Order: sequence, then C-alpha cells, then structure tokens
Amino acid sequence: MPTVDVGKCNGCGLCVSVCPGSVLVLVDSVATLVEREDCWRCTRWCTLCEAVCPTGAVTCPFEVVFGEE
Amino acid sequence: MIPSVMAVETEFLQGLPYFSDVNLPELDSIKRLFFEKTFDRGERILIEGEASDILYFVSSGVVKLFKTSADGKEQILKLVRPGEPVNDVSVFDGGPSPVNAEAMGPVVLYGVREPDVEAVLRDHPQVARSVNRVLAGQVRDLVALVEDLSFRRVTGRVARILLEHAGKGAGEGHRLTQQDIAAMVGSVREVVGRALKALEEEGAIRLERHRVVINDRESLRRLVDAD
Repeated sequence: MPTVDVGKCNGCGLCVSVCPGSVLVLVDSVATLVEREDCWRCTRWCTLCEAVCPTGAVTCPFEVVFGEE
Repeated sequence: MIPSVMAVETEFLQGLPYFSDVNLPELDSIKRLFFEKTFDRGERILIEGEASDILYFVSSGVVKLFKTSADGKEQILKLVRPGEPVNDVSVFDGGPSPVNAEAMGPVVLYGVREPDVEAVLRDHPQVARSVNRVLAGQVRDLVALVEDLSFRRVTGRVARILLEHAGKGAGEGHRLTQQDIAAMVGSVREVVGRALKALEEEGAIRLERHRVVINDRESLRRLVDAD
C-alpha cells in the first residue's frame, strides 16, 4: 500500500521500525517496499508508515469506490 | 568502543532544542546524567495518571502518546520522533502523566532523573530559557489543534470528498492520501484519519488496503448535509 517519494526520503528508517507487516526496508538509506502489488503482508488499512514519516516521503494513496449496497 | 558511544550521545544532545545554546564542555558534564533505556514494539513506557520522575527523550524509533476512553477506545495525541521529549510536561509540573506512552516499534530512549533535571536548569540558565521556548511552541501547536477539533464538521467535509471521488478509478489523478483530504477540507492528517475510522465504525465505509469502499451512500450524504 505505501509509496515512497525517493526525492523526499531522508533515510531515517522510522517507517521501517513501525511497520507491523515488515513491508518496508532501507536500501542504501532509502525506504523501499519489499513486495508490491501482490504483497500479502500489508493486508489491511494501517497507514502507520505515512503517519510517522517526517518528510512526507511515504504516503498511502487509495481510491474511493462504491460497494454493493 | 566506549569513546564512540559517548560521541554519539554528545551529538544527540547537541541536536535537542533544550541544549541548543549549551557549549561542548557544558554538554559533556550534562551528558553524564543521561542513561539509555530500550523498549520493544508495544511495550508500555508511561501509564496515564502515574507520576513521571524521569525525563525521556527519543533517541531512535517512535513513541505513541495516547489516551484511552472509558469504553476502551484509543485516541492518539502525538507521535514522538527521535530528538523529541516524551514526557516533559509532567516532569516539569510534577503532576501525573496526562497520557499513556507506548513504543510503536523498537525504541531507544535517553533518560535523566528529575533531581538531575533541576540541577541542569539551575547550573545552565540557557537551558531553562530553551525549555521555555519549547513549551511555548507546544502550547501554540495545541491551540491550533483545538481550533481544528470541531470534529463533526470535519467528518461531514471528509464524507463530501469521499462521495466526490467515488468511482473515479485508481489512476494517478484519482488516488487520494489522507494528507490530500486534509488539505482539501482545511484540517490535518490525524483528524482526517480519525474521521475515516469513525465513518468505518458507523458502517458508512470500509477501509481496505488500497481503497475506501462506500457501503452506505445515504449515510454519507446525511453527514454532508448536516455540515
């Protein structure tokens, strides 16, 4: 779910330390997703990585859809 | 080994707003009063209502400050990042901690006991001035947050944004972040996050990994109209 703006990432690693699903790691001091679209570990709405990022580099964009009503 | 540990600590102290006007020889004497404490993910650091006699700063990791309501709901008040104090308010006024503090991942704290804090303030008056400045800044931030906490209205505005963006697809221009919504409704990310959780609890929406699913269009429309 998270995306990383490499230009804003300062390599602080806070996102890595709080992620409950181990989806993020630091590679060469840049936050990187371990797996992408088919990732099974980031399985629910969490957004902790986005919340702790001090530079706004990590964001969790989402689409809005109508469900079955 | 030991010299490099001490070098890291001085650098860390230099970066703290409290010690911005303290020269290196003075920092060396202050540094000796600090000790390190580590916590694992989920470990409780402070309990709401209990006295704090150790002033903690975050060295690495993130600490969550939160209150728990009578019905067990958790409300996060602040995320404390490296370089920030965890519990300055209750150490300085001697009162009980107004919040719980918990490690969000592995956390390393630097602590200094309250009597030693008194000694530092007494022996290094520039620290007392810096502390005043930091506390004043906190008051300023809280005033801004209070202004923003007309919660019901934010929920209605968030509901409107969700209805406006529903069904537009997942293309670049149509995905939103909580920060985007905050900017659109004139609020902050944290309040938008709480509004989304509240909407989910009411059953109006469902929060999934990549998307927000609107389950009850009518319920959202009622919230928009009530704004």
